[in-house]
Amino acid sequence: MLHIVNKSPLERTTLDSCLAAAQPGAAVLLIEDGVYAATRGNSAAAKLRAALGNLEIHVLAPDLEARGMAQSLVEGVKLVDYAGFVELVAQHKNCQSWL
Amino acid sequence: MSEGTVKKIMVVNRKAPYGTIYALESLEVVLIAAAFDQEVSLVFMDEGVYQLKKGHQTKGIEVKNFQPTYRALDDYDVNKLYVEKEALEARGLSEEDMCVPVEVLSAAEIGKLMEQQDVLLSF
Repeated sequence: MLHIVNKSPLERTTLDSCLAAAQPGAAVLLIEDGVYAATRGNSAAAKLRAALGNLEIHVLAPDLEARGMAQSLVEGVKLVDYAGFVELVAQHKNCQSWL
Repeated sequence: MSEGTVKKIMVVNRKAPYGTIYALESLEVVLIAAAFDQEVSLVFMDEGVYQLKKGHQTKGIEVKNFQPTYRALDDYDVNKLYVEKEALEARGLSEEDMCVPVEVLSAAEIGKLMEQQDVLLSF
């Protein structure tokens, strides 16, 4: 399944909630302020790196670029554009938005 | 009602009651889905566990107390209520504090149930 997180990990705990529930093999998509979790130096980046072992993590590129963070993406995280976002939703059986 | 497709619908509640309208809106959706004979389950995670904390008294804030509605869910054959263990513990709550019978599960166990759903609705 696909998990979507749209809040900054330093403002809200939605990323933690997502990572606690997500099952191995699941996909996570970070959008809006959620993209900060996948940027180098962010204090949440370590748990994201740890999660890369059994989760596929994607970041919505336009949201990353809009925030000036395109050069700071954590290694191993995949970038998607809006079409890729749609594709992810279509590929997975279901989807949980951690609002 | 005519025969239709029955879907496994999980309503995920992660907000405290009264501070926002989410908890009440979620209940509305649950009742509608149940009226259409869908297979509905409710999950309470994070701040959402406060929705089921026994003894809501809302007279003072002049807002409808919707807690009795949870007790009515069983009449609509909605009886799969799951509560996150870690969220209860972090808030000094236990299963005995819940206003209705629930099944307490870890976040990971809830995650497994999520995988089995046709539709997840987030509140």
